[in-house]
Amino acid sequence: MAAKTVLNYLPRKSVVHSLTGTTKLAFFLCFTFASMITYDTRVLAGLLAVSLVCFKLSHIKLREVRFMLVFMLIFLVLNNLFIYLFSPDQGTAIYGTRTVLCHLFWRYDITAEQLFYTLNITLKYFVALPVAILFISATNPSEFASSLNSIGISYRVGYSVAIALRYIPDIQRDYHNISQAQQARGVELGKTEKLWTRLKNAVTILLPLILTSLNRIDVISNAMELRGFGKNPKRTWYTHRPFRTTDYLALALGAALFAVSMTVTLVCGRFYNPFI
Amino acid sequence: MNKNSSVKTVVAVGIGAALFFVLGRFVAIPSGIPNTNISVQYAVLALLAAMYGPVAGGLIGFIGHTLIDLSWGGSPWWSWIIASAFVGVVVGLFAKSLALSEGDFGKKKMVTFAVANVVANAIAWGVIAPVLDIAIYSEPVEKVFAQGAMAAVANSLTAVIIGLLLVVAFTKTIAKKGSLDKE
Repeated sequence: MAAKTVLNYLPRKSVVHSLTGTTKLAFFLCFTFASMITYDTRVLAGLLAVSLVCFKLSHIKLREVRFMLVFMLIFLVLNNLFIYLFSPDQGTAIYGTRTVLCHLFWRYDITAEQLFYTLNITLKYFVALPVAILFISATNPSEFASSLNSIGISYRVGYSVAIALRYIPDIQRDYHNISQAQQARGVELGKTEKLWTRLKNAVTILLPLILTSLNRIDVISNAMELRGFGKNPKRTWYTHRPFRTTDYLALALGAALFAVSMTVTLVCGRFYNPFI
Repeated sequence: MNKNSSVKTVVAVGIGAALFFVLGRFVAIPSGIPNTNISVQYAVLALLAAMYGPVAGGLIGFIGHTLIDLSWGGSPWWSWIIASAFVGVVVGLFAKSLALSEGDFGKKKMVTFAVANVVANAIAWGVIAPVLDIAIYSEPVEKVFAQGAMAAVANSLTAVIIGLLLVVAFTKTIAKKGSLDKE
């Protein structure tokens, strides 16, 4: 198991990287909410264009993030398949008409409405994908806590997130060591064991992991206590950077996209219906 | 809440979310049903929520699950993240009555722990996740409830079985309150 970092940060010199963490977080949230509320094909297509332009600006190459793309594609195909299996007429339920293109078997017809609905779901996934990948790979993890704090989340929560990011590799290594040690003693988690034994064996690995983690909690919280963490209602951040013009522009763009998506949803409804 | 425990909660949330992430992202124990793995992270979430209370439990579920989603490279799937947080909050509400740090964990507490987990997981995956899926993502009703029901059963079983085994083993490592005898 390679000690991969969670948020795969790829440092570059680009407009996107030079934005402050706060801007990126706020833009990311605006963008995901904008793409979440609407199902309007036209709005989604517009958002996808913005998203792809951002990706282009970041100088991150497609092959560096191939893993995420492939995973997302598999998930998307499976999800669409499940939707079709469970309700082949969801498109009709939404758009109100039923245009059969060809008949498969039993209750499964391929209808234009269902295809259009599937297209919209696919779009919805792809819209958020480049921005999400950018957010992960262009945000310095150590800047993350300060950006959470500056969008109004309590700095304690920000600090929790920072601790989580900092200790994930450590806990991963602990887990690896413990499970190797237990496997050397004959503890097996694979399919060769019975389910009940597998569960009990999982506990023999989990318990040491939890006990070391609880120890860690004690050590870290004592250290933070000694340094006076949580004494004041506010704190400053080492990685905090002042806003620049590009930050304001990006924020305005994020807010505008959100506003457009919201207005379209309120005025024209969630779905764009080409069938009536 | 005194100051020391609030610092401890911050750290417990951080480390707990990291544990949740590592177990949810890299650990796969086959359940026997194809393509379905046992999500051990919910057992650990139950234990930590029972130790540190509803706020910590909710945040561990929320942060841990968000990080898992982000690391897979998609945008976070908010409906299921909120359901994870909900599990943490509900189990955490029983922290006072479970009082794990006292070290005695009898039949009555076992039942409380099991009931808390079943209720939390049933509502989270059977109601909250599918309803939000419909509201946010407009997914078909049959599909989300089928998925939710599967997740509810699988996660309650994991949380109750592995969670109980963990809690029992864990409380054995703590010296019981009043366990010293005067000679």
